[in-house]
Amino acid sequence: MSTLLEVSGVTVSFDGFRAINNLSFQIGEPELRAVIGPNGAGKTTFMDIITGKTKPDEGRVIWGEKSVSLLDMSESAIARAGVGRKFQKPTVFEDQTVRENLAMALKNPRGPFDVLWYKKTAQGAEKIEEIAEEIGLTDELKRRAGDLSHGQKQWLEIGMLLAQDPRLLLIDEPAAGMTPAEREHTTDLIKRAAETCAVVVIEHDMEFVRRLGCKVTVLHEGAVLAEGSLDHVTQNQDVIDVYLGR
Amino acid sequence: MERSFIMRNPSVLWFLLALALFTLGVTILSEAFGVGTLSTSFIKTLGKTLCLCLIAVAMDVVWGYCGILSLGHFAFFGLGGYAIGMWLMYARTEEIVVNSLNEAAIPPTQQEIIDGIGTQIFGVVGSSEFPMIWAFSHSLGLQLLMVILVPGLLALVFGWLAFRSRVTGVYLSILTQAMTLALALYLFQNDSGLRGNNGLSGLQNIPGLDHLGQATISMWFFWASAIALGAGYVLFAWVTSGKMGSVIRGIRDDESRVRFLGYHVESYKLFVFTLTAVVAGIAGALYYPQAGIINPAEIAPIASIYLAVWVAIGGRGRLYGAVIGAAFVSLLSSWFTGGGAPSIPLGFYTIQWTDWWLVLLGVSFVAVTLFFPKGIGGLFDYLVRKDP
Ligand SMILES: Nc1ncnc2c1ncn2[C@@H]1O[C@H](COP(=O)(O)OP(=O)(O)O)[C@@H](O)[C@H]1O
Ligand SMILES: [Mg+2]
Repeated sequence: MSTLLEVSGVTVSFDGFRAINNLSFQIGEPELRAVIGPNGAGKTTFMDIITGKTKPDEGRVIWGEKSVSLLDMSESAIARAGVGRKFQKPTVFEDQTVRENLAMALKNPRGPFDVLWYKKTAQGAEKIEEIAEEIGLTDELKRRAGDLSHGQKQWLEIGMLLAQDPRLLLIDEPAAGMTPAEREHTTDLIKRAAETCAVVVIEHDMEFVRRLGCKVTVLHEGAVLAEGSLDHVTQNQDVIDVYLGR
Repeated sequence: MERSFIMRNPSVLWFLLALALFTLGVTILSEAFGVGTLSTSFIKTLGKTLCLCLIAVAMDVVWGYCGILSLGHFAFFGLGGYAIGMWLMYARTEEIVVNSLNEAAIPPTQQEIIDGIGTQIFGVVGSSEFPMIWAFSHSLGLQLLMVILVPGLLALVFGWLAFRSRVTGVYLSILTQAMTLALALYLFQNDSGLRGNNGLSGLQNIPGLDHLGQATISMWFFWASAIALGAGYVLFAWVTSGKMGSVIRGIRDDESRVRFLGYHVESYKLFVFTLTAVVAGIAGALYYPQAGIINPAEIAPIASIYLAVWVAIGGRGRLYGAVIGAAFVSLLSSWFTGGGAPSIPLGFYTIQWTDWWLVLLGVSFVAVTLFFPKGIGGLFDYLVRKDP
């Protein structure tokens, strides 16, 4: 397992408030990692930095074998480099069908003229079927994404990530608002994705994190408070004080 | 494995069929090629309306599909009109000057002809020199190129600056209004090189075609406008279908999500903005020879706002909606403002439609926005039941 992403010494302030404070983080490929922490700990901001949405005041974000800096790249270039992101609130294109949503995410040339002249291919259709099967939406391919249930939208969004063929998946609170059965399906999806690529999951729900059975990073006030197995971090006194013991 | 684009979009075929039937009907009723029921001036009104439908379709693509509420597309329409108008005016004046000089005893020199044309065209603004921008005006081919290049380049530069800085929403709308206002104010100046508020006139006289008469020429322009609308419709239906349509609509609905899928959103916006500006320019180049005159008032900010109103009333996000909106509202508008609608006497007050039409239009716009967001085009949803 080699290091895919290395975040070091990153600091971000919003109007003087330090949302991320000298944060360092590493993940290898493939690897599954859960990031937990109380509300406002800076988890979403952490993803914003990796994906180029927020530029940090200080620090480095280094990517891949060639150790390129993600800080100099635009959001779309970072995504093309292989970083896929799922937002906290499910964001799919509600006006379009499930198939159109997946087709848009498929890994293909992304320039306007490439897209204009794009012809559907058999491999593309096959890949869409494959992903639809994986996320359990085979029968919904022709439906408007806006008509899906909340859980199905979350899966569709995960499916869109998979269609991108990413190397790093950033998933923000995937289980929020899901039924227990849906949560189970979601854990399976994530675990399977983590067999081939690096996956970072932000989650509040301890039961969900336990089921992922992976290394856990605890964030607090924009910095890493503890890191290790779930049992290890839940026994850490600092973690108990700021988070679990509330 | 893929069905052809037309097969997947049957509404395109229906539209082309309706347009062809309309064109045929008008031809049969025309003076020049038919029974003569329709006057030449009415043919011109219809031809101009087709051009307005074309720019409305372009507006629908940029706003209804891509979510960029441009309130400046009439600037591109006007620039297309000016570009073709320069050739029309130059070549027409040349004919007149050459004819009158030929009656003199000594044959005129080339310089005398050019000076004569300059005096004729720029006398109204107290000049006889050709400004730089008229350098290509003697050549139809080059001015036709300008019809595409001038609006295209302006849109490219403006769009690049605006989109690169991530100006969106109402701020972008204001910026486009500022663009069209600045252009109009510039053209109003006498030393703009385009005859200030006089604009370019006599554009209905096509050089070398005087012997045909306006009845025939009006039909030629009507056909050209119909072909342009048909071609523009097919082009935009193609652009907004398939994967490109998916991405464009995605940008409208959630632009940052599209960005995180790896698409460079700014390039797409620039592409759509520029392409629609070029089509707007072509529409303008067909419109103004039928109108006969173009002046800076044509690209006043309000014109572009009307364009958005037409598209909203017709139903944005569907191309035929834009066509219906532009045709319906602009024809209705000329009926009301041209005194076609009878005044309503209320005893204490008489409603003159020339004054009250704008109020009616404003109220209709608000009503459509509030109660029928799908516009007139939305009625088709009741006719055609889509299978789930
Ligand atoms: N764009 C922003 N402007 C100002 N403050 C922000 C912004 N984004 C996040 N914050 C603040 O940074 C802190 C961390 O937020 P966030 O990363 O969303 O937390 P989490 O996802 O861990 O709940 C919060 O206090 C939040 O209010
Ligand atoms: Mg969050």
